[in-house]
Amino acid sequence: MGKPNSEISGAKIMTGIKSFLNSDLVYRFRKDKVAVVSLSIVLILVFSAILAPLISPFDPYDLKSIDIMDSEIPPVWNEGEGDERFLLGTDPQGRDMLSTILYGMRISLTIGFFAVLLQGVLGVTIGLLSGYFGGKIDAFFMRLADIQLSFSTLMVAIIALAIFQAAFGAELYSKLAIFMLVLVIGIAEWPQYARTVRASVLAEKNKEYVDAARVIGMSPKRIMFRHIFPNTLSPILVISTIQVANAIISEAALSFLGLGMPVNQPSLGSLISSGFEYIFSGSWWITVIPSLFLVLLILSINMLGDWLRDALNPKLYKD
Amino acid sequence: MQATLVMFVISLIGFSIQDNLGDPLRELVGQSVSEKEREALRDRMGLNDPFLVQYGRFLSKAVQGDLGDSYFFKKPALEVIAKKFPATLELVIGATLIIIFSSVPLGIYSAINPKSWFTRFILGFSIVGISVPVFLTAIFSIYIFSVELGWMPSFGRGETTNLFGWDSGFFNRDGLAHLVLPSISLASIMMPLFIRLIRSEMMEILQLDYIRFAWAKGLYPKRIWFLHAFKNTLLPVITVGGVQVGTMLAYTILTESVFQWPGMGFLFLEAVNRVDTPLIIAYIIVVGLIFVVTNTVVDLLYTWVNPTVKLVGQKS
Repeated sequence: MGKPNSEISGAKIMTGIKSFLNSDLVYRFRKDKVAVVSLSIVLILVFSAILAPLISPFDPYDLKSIDIMDSEIPPVWNEGEGDERFLLGTDPQGRDMLSTILYGMRISLTIGFFAVLLQGVLGVTIGLLSGYFGGKIDAFFMRLADIQLSFSTLMVAIIALAIFQAAFGAELYSKLAIFMLVLVIGIAEWPQYARTVRASVLAEKNKEYVDAARVIGMSPKRIMFRHIFPNTLSPILVISTIQVANAIISEAALSFLGLGMPVNQPSLGSLISSGFEYIFSGSWWITVIPSLFLVLLILSINMLGDWLRDALNPKLYKD
Repeated sequence: MQATLVMFVISLIGFSIQDNLGDPLRELVGQSVSEKEREALRDRMGLNDPFLVQYGRFLSKAVQGDLGDSYFFKKPALEVIAKKFPATLELVIGATLIIIFSSVPLGIYSAINPKSWFTRFILGFSIVGISVPVFLTAIFSIYIFSVELGWMPSFGRGETTNLFGWDSGFFNRDGLAHLVLPSISLASIMMPLFIRLIRSEMMEILQLDYIRFAWAKGLYPKRIWFLHAFKNTLLPVITVGGVQVGTMLAYTILTESVFQWPGMGFLFLEAVNRVDTPLIIAYIIVVGLIFVVTNTVVDLLYTWVNPTVKLVGQKS
């Protein structure tokens, strides 16, 4: 019995993919060169970050492979001084920049992704609840969102992490850093989602299909998550892209201040921060190369988010 | 009302940090005192009192401006912060000036000529600006203008002139030169946002009936753009601007740490590294106060600028 079922669902998926490929969205995507280029850059960066252990020439966490004699070697294209083993040069501890950047990007992306996931779960749930039930719940959560938004995310994150660091001590803190960063960035930005979702829930709530679902006696939970939620997906998709970029920026900023990832397990932000001391002595590549990766990553995600917003917004047709 | 509530929550947070972070006794007497004496001292200092009693004491002191002494500076924490405050304020003023004088003309230009190549350039530039984190702008401006070209000083605040008891860098060349790079870096993060905001608001307003009517009346284009349209663009800009003050304060921490700017944010980071609890709390409370005050001012300003808010109470 299981087999025909899976065949049916397989066929369903195939038609699903086909109709997706023929859809308006994909057509417009193909037409837009900026979107295609940014998506490919994002995909390349994400895949090379995921596959970092396989494609990077060295393992930056493996202390045995690091030789202090190799420290501060400039990139290969720097005549005479470069070392062909290290394509992008090395950092002050003799780690290969390329491998360190790939591993760093992996950490940055992980934090960005999970922080946005947390924001999404919190924000969507709160947004659905306050949009659907209204009244006191709504008033309470939206006031809370107002207050939290009036303090900027970064401020909240800096203060929260500073307190954690002072409370735990640097040693323990560096072990918990990824977890804390996800938690803090995740909690700090939920109002963005909650507001967007609430707005679309308010628009959806009075439509007939919701009334119909209510009349046949479905539970509010089912109506919210199975019926209203799918219709709020497109704004969620748009803010998610931009939020990932924001989360990566926040993480980089926090790491730069020394409140994020420790130096022995660097993200892009802490890499930039550790290279900053050496910029005055002329070792520019330690800071500049990871910065370029960071900017490239964020820029392409933002471009993609911009395009997605225009494409999914029926009011805006480009002339 | 909301403002009082927010301050109350902040003070509660501040107090619970003080309560849980570090032991004031150890800071005072060191390790060499016996357990019994410690217990007696704790009693005398009121550290064994119930939470609410301690909190009440903290609050009544805080209202009088006493937030405890900084462990490191051995001076009242509020005094230490007050001394650093002008530096941060100057940075924020410098950045705000840059933002206003660049984003307003650019925003208006790109709204009036939506198809010109320069508008495309502005918009492209603004998305790049959003994507480059503020500390990178700071680092690159140091690298280019201080290390490579040597035009600008790279860190510190330079000379200051004392004017009416305010140590200011505004009134001499050295101080101003030190101010340029940090203010530009700080401004760089907000500028794209404001350009885009002004542009989209203005474009929306230019579609409205009263503007068409003004055109039909044959008014000068300049008068329509700058007097009629721009005035109404200001409303949302003020609201967003007020909210962004908070973000700006957070970014001063980043900018100050890159440029070693001796302001409040830099002080805060040092305090965190030294686990200087009273100073951390004082900073949080001062920042909270700034937030609350600016938000209230923006609210007041908004009702003042926006006539429709006034009209509610009047006869129409």
